[in-house]
Amino acid sequence: MKDAFGLPQSLLVLGGTSEIALATARRLIARRTRTVWLAGRPSPALEASAESLRALGADVRTVAFDALDPESHETVLGKVFAESDIDMVLLAFGILGDQARDEREPVSAVRVAQTNYTGAVSAGLVSAGALQAQGHGSLVVLSSVAGERARRSNFIYGSSKAGLDAFAQGLGDALQGTGVHVMVVRPGFVRSRMTAGLDEVPLSTTPQAVASAIELGLRRRSETVWVPGALRLVMSALRHAPRAVFRRLPL
Amino acid sequence: MSGDTVSVTGWGRTAPTAARLIRPRTYEEAAAAVRSCGARGSIARGLGRAYGDAAQNAGGSVLDMTGLDRIHAIDADGGTVLCGAGVSLHRLMEVLLPLGWFVPVTPGTRQVTVGGAIGADIHGKNHHVSGSFSRHVLALELLTADGEVRAVGRGTPLFDATAGGMGLTGIVLTATLRLLPVETAYLSVDTERATDLDDLMARLTATDHRYRYSVAWIDLLARGGATGRAVLTRGDHAPLEALREGTRARRHPLSFRPRRLPAAPALVPEGLLGSTTVGWFNELWYRKAPRARTGELQGISRFFHPLDAVPHWNRIYGRGGFVQYQFVVGYGQEDALRRIVRRVSAHRCPSFLAVLKRFGDADPGWLSFPVPGWTLALDIPAGLPGLGAFLDGLDQEVAAAGGRVYLAKDSRLRPELLAPMYPRLADFRALRAELDPHGVFVSDLARRLGL
Repeated sequence: MKDAFGLPQSLLVLGGTSEIALATARRLIARRTRTVWLAGRPSPALEASAESLRALGADVRTVAFDALDPESHETVLGKVFAESDIDMVLLAFGILGDQARDEREPVSAVRVAQTNYTGAVSAGLVSAGALQAQGHGSLVVLSSVAGERARRSNFIYGSSKAGLDAFAQGLGDALQGTGVHVMVVRPGFVRSRMTAGLDEVPLSTTPQAVASAIELGLRRRSETVWVPGALRLVMSALRHAPRAVFRRLPL
Repeated sequence: MSGDTVSVTGWGRTAPTAARLIRPRTYEEAAAAVRSCGARGSIARGLGRAYGDAAQNAGGSVLDMTGLDRIHAIDADGGTVLCGAGVSLHRLMEVLLPLGWFVPVTPGTRQVTVGGAIGADIHGKNHHVSGSFSRHVLALELLTADGEVRAVGRGTPLFDATAGGMGLTGIVLTATLRLLPVETAYLSVDTERATDLDDLMARLTATDHRYRYSVAWIDLLARGGATGRAVLTRGDHAPLEALREGTRARRHPLSFRPRRLPAAPALVPEGLLGSTTVGWFNELWYRKAPRARTGELQGISRFFHPLDAVPHWNRIYGRGGFVQYQFVVGYGQEDALRRIVRRVSAHRCPSFLAVLKRFGDADPGWLSFPVPGWTLALDIPAGLPGLGAFLDGLDQEVAAAGGRVYLAKDSRLRPELLAPMYPRLADFRALRAELDPHGVFVSDLARRLGL
């Protein structure tokens, strides 16, 4: 069960090698979390992630989960929920893709969309159903500012996050009054493995900062969290910029 | 019976979870609801004054017991009452005071049910004299997991597990209580100020035995030499001759008419109660108290339940809610108490309802909170930065001193600390495993702490 500050005792991470997810797990283990499930494609990296969290004293288990195989989600996640209550699901899987290549190769562009959007729709609905049955829990969805308004430089990734973001917002409204809390987290540019080699932009952030914002959002039962918080204003302005102006911005 | 699924929280308004809320009107309906509660079990709920998650049951059913509110029999000569578990202490006072009887133990609110009072084994300002609520329970009827009703007498393991058992042994249906005779509905109250914590402890230690009721409001924001300054209010039921001739009180000595102020608004901005505003309040409260006054007549509500005058007072903490922290450390552990008070003061916890009291002898309830020693209760807005880690630090201090925190107020204890704090926990778990092998009775508190 979550405590008065919204801190979970059990955590299920979908996308068990995500740096943001692991930073969040470390933070939560330091407070109340004792049981962690890391779901992801079986790999040495997944096992290494699990090992790093075990070293902090948590009971960590891995489970084979593939975002691109939605047919299996019900079974795979069902088993996790059948073992015990899950206080928080962190939907953290996603790929950035390679914009230039994805524009040339529609098949790889679709893979971005399937991972980030349709895979998340399936896993999100399965998780939401299980959380609703247990009458409590938080579903934390890692969206992105890229989904707020599509940009020339990464609109394939951005469009997939836009879909995910809209889905998660609607899901949060659908789950009002069921005891389940859905929180959409919109980080800006996060310095991590996923963005290694990309040029940094202003208001960039770190996995640790996102983790800290998630912890705060859990306590406040926030529905939307921007990291850093100033992005909310910036993106609000950018969203209203005329197309012709927005196109010319060096984003 | 099927109830609507609603979001449920404790009085502190933190950690909401959803449950089917069922309001049985008869004992048969309650038994039927328990038998058909499903895999996620059931828990009884009274008036929802437990601060944390004790009367919540995520995904299962919550039995609102306030429908079982009949007073079955009053022995006006012997001073006992047999009533349904959903009867509130407020109702008991309304009915019993005109007959010259008072509830044996009342907490800081009348808005608790008899069932809840047993489940949390509540205490009042008279604990050092009268013990906790269960000491005055002569018998009770308990609806257990098999759907049967058992008569539970004092001195049995089931009684001791149920008193303070947070509703996890079953659902109390009725209870027989022993009452306290009173001549009037007024209290004769002595008020004095203590300049710091040591002065306060000295005053309480020296003269508590003279009073049936004793409590100290403590200013936890005061710093330096004033750390722990306090206002002591102690008293006893006023005898008839204490009421002046010719006054309304003398003509109607047993009339019980508590005042009711407007309710707190539904929407209060978060952070209204910061350390600045509460600091001003505390300063004012301390200064307006007389240095020493004896024999002042106060009504029951003013003396015992000042906050009951403001319906929904818990809303003043805003949407984020608040956390109550109450612990007890034994006599001889005064240094731990001093350290904790200093830490709370240094952390600037904006707490304006902090009270310190001395407990007397413990009662046999296995998870009953009171043990002989010092108990401090404070409330803090849940949104105070770093509060979770700060209270974890206090837990360590309390546990190291052999003390414990109060489960009826808890919403955030680390589960590992429960067993050291409650040595009879293993017995409690064993009894539950035998009596309720399928876990029919379960609450969010039980899940969180592994009770």
